[in-house]
Amino acid sequence: MSGRTRLWAALVVVLAALPLVLPDYFLHIAIQVLLWGFVYTAWAMMGRFGLTSLGHGAFMGVGAYTSALLWNLYDVTPWLGIPAGVGLAVLLALLIGYPCFHLRIVGHYFALVTLALSQVVALLVVAARDVTGGSLGMTPHAVDRPLYALQFPDRATFYFIALALWLAVIALRQRTDGGMRSAALQAIGEDETAAAAVGIDVLREKLRVTVVSAAITAFGGSLYVQYLMYVNPDTVSGVGVSLQIVFASIAGGMYGVLGPTVGALLTLSLTEGLRIAFGTHFIGAANTIYGILLILFIIFMPRGLVGVAEGALARRARRVKAAAP
Amino acid sequence: MQAVLDTVFDIYLLEAMLNGVLLGGVLALLALGLNLIFGVIDVVWICYAELVMCGMYAIYWLSAYFGWPFPVACLVAIAGVAGLGVLLHLVVIEPILNSAPINQLLATGGMLFFLQSLATLLFGTDFRNLGIRLPTFAIGDIYLSVARLIAFAVALVGAAALYLYLSRTYMGTAIRAIAQDREIMGLMGVDQRRIYLITSLVGGALAGLGACLLVLQYDVHPFIGLTFGPILFMICVLGGLGNMLGGMIAAFVMGQIIAIGGYFFSSELADVLAFVLFIVMIFLRPQGIFSR
Repeated sequence: MSGRTRLWAALVVVLAALPLVLPDYFLHIAIQVLLWGFVYTAWAMMGRFGLTSLGHGAFMGVGAYTSALLWNLYDVTPWLGIPAGVGLAVLLALLIGYPCFHLRIVGHYFALVTLALSQVVALLVVAARDVTGGSLGMTPHAVDRPLYALQFPDRATFYFIALALWLAVIALRQRTDGGMRSAALQAIGEDETAAAAVGIDVLREKLRVTVVSAAITAFGGSLYVQYLMYVNPDTVSGVGVSLQIVFASIAGGMYGVLGPTVGALLTLSLTEGLRIAFGTHFIGAANTIYGILLILFIIFMPRGLVGVAEGALARRARRVKAAAP
Repeated sequence: MQAVLDTVFDIYLLEAMLNGVLLGGVLALLALGLNLIFGVIDVVWICYAELVMCGMYAIYWLSAYFGWPFPVACLVAIAGVAGLGVLLHLVVIEPILNSAPINQLLATGGMLFFLQSLATLLFGTDFRNLGIRLPTFAIGDIYLSVARLIAFAVALVGAAALYLYLSRTYMGTAIRAIAQDREIMGLMGVDQRRIYLITSLVGGALAGLGACLLVLQYDVHPFIGLTFGPILFMICVLGGLGNMLGGMIAAFVMGQIIAIGGYFFSSELADVLAFVLFIVMIFLRPQGIFSR
């Protein structure tokens, strides 16, 4: 067992043991960190290659609302509803991604096109208020068949589900790291023309990572509804969520495997901490500080917390190596 | 046939379209400011609509609360937002001027969160109304509000003034030159930093002017920026970034889509239509509809 594997194994054991020691409230936070970490990691899969999408709110919203609406309107179990939502998000990703990458829409323009996409989904949800409840949100019908309805009143059960899925995404991210595909995407992120010149199929590689990222994000959206048993357009779609996804991933560090999850931990504990410290009297206090932090992060630490930590560790390792005879 | 005629000559539709033109004027003014910054500094101020919100709050407090005369409040708001624009450039944009453009966009996104939440923190989520009720008047059966007409007229005057400034003054010429070629202008002895600061000042002032016009028609609340901010970016991109005339035309097109869509469907679906059209247009003409 290498040192790294041992570290991961220890992390998994500690995480799996958490429900035994954590009080209900902290378990609730932990589940949210895992679910958002899941989504943020998905965003960073493309974000770290310079594909800055402000449209992940759209994918998340599609995932969340498809399964919830199918369940409420047609009694379709989430076992089918979630794949349906993921499928729709994939379709949407292809619909937006193909022309974007084909026409080489990058940078600002890609960000703005995807921003428009997330607005479209959020507005459609509000417009269809007869079935979605509009801005007020909706609640999936609760039934007493946990496995069929994927509704678990017991927090620990959901924690394990979230943990397993989060680990799966982390493993996927870890596995693709350092492979040919990742190298190809890195080349594309740095210089598309040069990448195409050395024989990389730019369009296909970009489309692939976008589709994977969108699918995971949609999955995360539907899980979020299954957990909270409530969904409204502001928490899963629209510009606000899209920006939140980008920022948390950047703050944590989109280049490191655990960066986006650290971002989720950071932002959620900030929000919760400020809520406890100031109470609900100061609505907006958390986001005010959040906004300032984001600006500071982008200016001073564009690689995020994990990026900075990794840099420091690498420097120390080099020093140790240099000191050794 | 009769049904079609009825639709075409529907007085309410006509009213909606006229209101769309009037809305287009204000959108055009704001898009102009955003476009100027976009073209010259190559930065998207995602928080542009939030700057407008700040101006609206300033006018609300000065005019409705402290009882200042409305025009004075407006002038203070314009100056204040112009200052805010300069501050935004100095504090947020300048340190990362040389990093990837997307970082600058995201940093101003942080500013969006900050301003929005600060407004919530300071003023709560109440909808605040200036309490100035301007009359409406009728042409035939069509009712138009004076507030909108004033807004339209002032927006056009503002746009014309900006045009004259950019085309007739020395500084305006320098600004246009920088927008065309950043590197060469430095060699020609143009102080790039000064141009950027002046551009931010002018862009901010336009947001302040927009605030004066919008505060007459809409209630102020912390999230008002989100209702028209995204539309502004769409207008800028549709018109071709940095292309001011294109931006003006795109603003009126968007104003019509929102007005007519809102008449036939609902305001949300009208916005959906506007955004979908934007996405489709980007795919058809990535360089903007009105660029050559």
